[in-house]
Amino acid sequence: MTKRQENIAVLESEGLGYLVQALIDKGYEVLGPRIKDGAVTYDQIETVRDLPIGWTDRQEPGSYRLVKSGKKTYFDYAVGPHSWKKYLHPPETRLWEARRDEQGFTVIEPERETAKKALLGVRPCELQALAIQDTVFTGGPYLAPGYQERRSNLFIVAVNCVRPGGTCFCASMKTGPKATSGFDLALTEILESGRHYFVVEVGSASGEELLSDLPTKVADDAEKEAAAKAMERATAKMGRELDTKGIRELLYKCFDDPHWQTVADRCFSCGNCTMVCPTCFCVNVEDGTDLSGQQAERWSRWDSCFTRDFSYIHGGSIRFTVKARYRQWMTHKLAYWLDQFGTLGCVGCGRCITWCPAGIDITEEVRALRDKEQSEKVQSV
Amino acid sequence: MATTPTSSPLHDVRDGDPMLARPFQIRRTRKDTYDTVSLQLKPPDGDDGFPFEPGQFNMLYAYGVGEVPISISGNPAKNDSLVHTIRAVGAATRALTSLKVGDSVGVRGPFGKGWPVEAVAGNDVVVITGGIGLAPLRPAIYQLLAHREEYGKVVLLYGARTPEDILFRRNLEKWRSRFDIETALTVDRAARSWKGNVGVVTQLIPRAVFDPLHCVAFVCGPEIMMRFTVMELIKRGVAENNIFVSMERNMKCGIGLCGHCQLGSSFVCKDGPVYCYEDVRDSFRKREM
Ligand SMILES: Cc1cc2nc3c(=O)[nH]c(=O)nc-3n(C[C@H](O)[C@H](O)[C@H](O)COP(=O)(O)OP(=O)(O)OC[C@H]3O[C@@H](n4cnc5c(N)ncnc54)[C@H](O)[C@@H]3O)c2cc1C
Ligand code: SF4
Ligand code: SF4
Ligand code: FES
Repeated sequence: MTKRQENIAVLESEGLGYLVQALIDKGYEVLGPRIKDGAVTYDQIETVRDLPIGWTDRQEPGSYRLVKSGKKTYFDYAVGPHSWKKYLHPPETRLWEARRDEQGFTVIEPERETAKKALLGVRPCELQALAIQDTVFTGGPYLAPGYQERRSNLFIVAVNCVRPGGTCFCASMKTGPKATSGFDLALTEILESGRHYFVVEVGSASGEELLSDLPTKVADDAEKEAAAKAMERATAKMGRELDTKGIRELLYKCFDDPHWQTVADRCFSCGNCTMVCPTCFCVNVEDGTDLSGQQAERWSRWDSCFTRDFSYIHGGSIRFTVKARYRQWMTHKLAYWLDQFGTLGCVGCGRCITWCPAGIDITEEVRALRDKEQSEKVQSV
Repeated sequence: MATTPTSSPLHDVRDGDPMLARPFQIRRTRKDTYDTVSLQLKPPDGDDGFPFEPGQFNMLYAYGVGEVPISISGNPAKNDSLVHTIRAVGAATRALTSLKVGDSVGVRGPFGKGWPVEAVAGNDVVVITGGIGLAPLRPAIYQLLAHREEYGKVVLLYGARTPEDILFRRNLEKWRSRFDIETALTVDRAARSWKGNVGVVTQLIPRAVFDPLHCVAFVCGPEIMMRFTVMELIKRGVAENNIFVSMERNMKCGIGLCGHCQLGSSFVCKDGPVYCYEDVRDSFRKREM
């Protein structure tokens, strides 16, 4: 096999079907974007016809709407309410079962999931979210049960964002709109002057191998230029930004700022933001039995720091006000996370902004804290 | 002398699935008070004991009911007997304290970082506890007394709510009869028949005999008690980095993965529960952290 020039190829739009089929032929369950309940969600894909062809979305703080674009594009939407964490860090997992016996009880280990999964349409910010969760679950000292098995059986087809969503701010978080690592293949979808094709970058040996089975050609300068231009336009169109300079120090300084109360006055403490966030990892661990008591089970389920129970200890919750819970969430994302895992806990996907019923916008809240900090500095001079 | 508590991977459960509970049989139970019970657990056959460090905890599972963090309260030099002392306050602790000899308890651990007992050799050691806080400190006291010659003065100040709440009476009597450990007891309130001190444990601090400049304090109790204790210690001239506290947070996993125990940037289950006061000062000063 000859080395592809700069590992950049072109796949005509009709070729996407071959890509899906090639993955299925290699034994992967292909998971990708599908429209369900009025949103782009992630689910099993059998053919390219399952993809949201000709759909795009309008997103704003507190609102999400799908609209027909009238184009033939496959990936002209931005991230929806689902994230890939549902496959790697499932919403609920049975950790084990136990049976009563003469000795008391016996614990039975769960079977590990070993299915090969291909993720089609992973956005650049979502690649970073995966990398972040890798650190959380495999950084030690203890490994999250089953995570590594699920993670190592993945094939990742990234799709660069030529159109940022209405609440995205990946450019300022340096996670997008173009994928730089963490994928097997990365596609840029181009629809220009009537021609519809994908510029394909290879990110791994398995990506290279899969691509060699597809009807591709080497990308010429014009095609590469088209992809680069599309990325530039996407960055320019990004409507939001979060200034991360000194963000940790800013949040530590603002712990007692009255601004948290003004956010709390709007926040319903519903936890939507934590459920849709691709990096939030907290779980509850729940024990129970069947009616006879002969069999017990332990489940792990996504949990949210917005519940009172989350920090409950005998005598009362540590964070009993909404103010403290919102502050904990945002300070964790933008400050504690850096200390804990060496990266920010936010990738700029905008989900928490879109799916917040109050339209609370993390970028606005950071700006508000920064402005107050600035004006206090000026006053004290 | 700043010593960060350390823990060596003594009992390494990291290789297996750290969420799997292992059933241990109850060898003995002891009713310590009206609401507190000690369980002595026997490691499953084939296990070579249960090494742990003073201050570490296990996640204890009551079949079908739930799993909660409980400190190990036994003697670290005795590997064959794993003791926990549990106060019944809710569903899981009530279930655990009603178990009988021969019943099984699920165990995961030991987890967390303990008291830096070895690292503080050469100093006076002041142990200050309130309520059930004596349980996680008993292993440290055992260890201090086992290596008594390596330390200066050893002082234990213990506060309970009422005389009926006093834990480990037998230990306390033994310790009070020794001349190489100063033991002082107080209760918040008592009937007139009580001959001992009445008042909060912090009142014992000014009277205790130790050298504040060469002294390390181990403090465990309700957060409010710890706050006032630390204030008293600082007043006597003990340096903040010579004070160690054991923090309590909701815990669902014990292994740094459920997120519940977070205290600022740290996870109490893996970075604590024992901290140098200097490192958690903020959480004593800031509300709802
Ligand atoms: C590191 C550590 C060591 C501990 N050591 C001991 C000990 O040696 N002896 C002892 O009696 N108690 C100890 N505790 C406290 C003990 O874990 C709680 O009393 C217990 O979790 C209460 O659970 P419950 O189901 O009986 O009560 P409920 O009030 O029904 O609790 C419901 C849930 O809230 C959580 N929760 C409630 N109180 C606490 C708490 N104080 N700390 C953490 N989570 C809590 C638990 O997840 C529990 O399942 C320790 C706690 C920690 C964090
Ligand atoms: S905090 Fe919001 S914008 Fe950041 S990664 Fe989570 S959902 Fe996306
Ligand atoms: S910030 Fe918004 S989404 Fe998050 S808990 Fe508050 S109201 Fe719900
Ligand atoms: S108890 Fe789960 S992270 Fe600490």
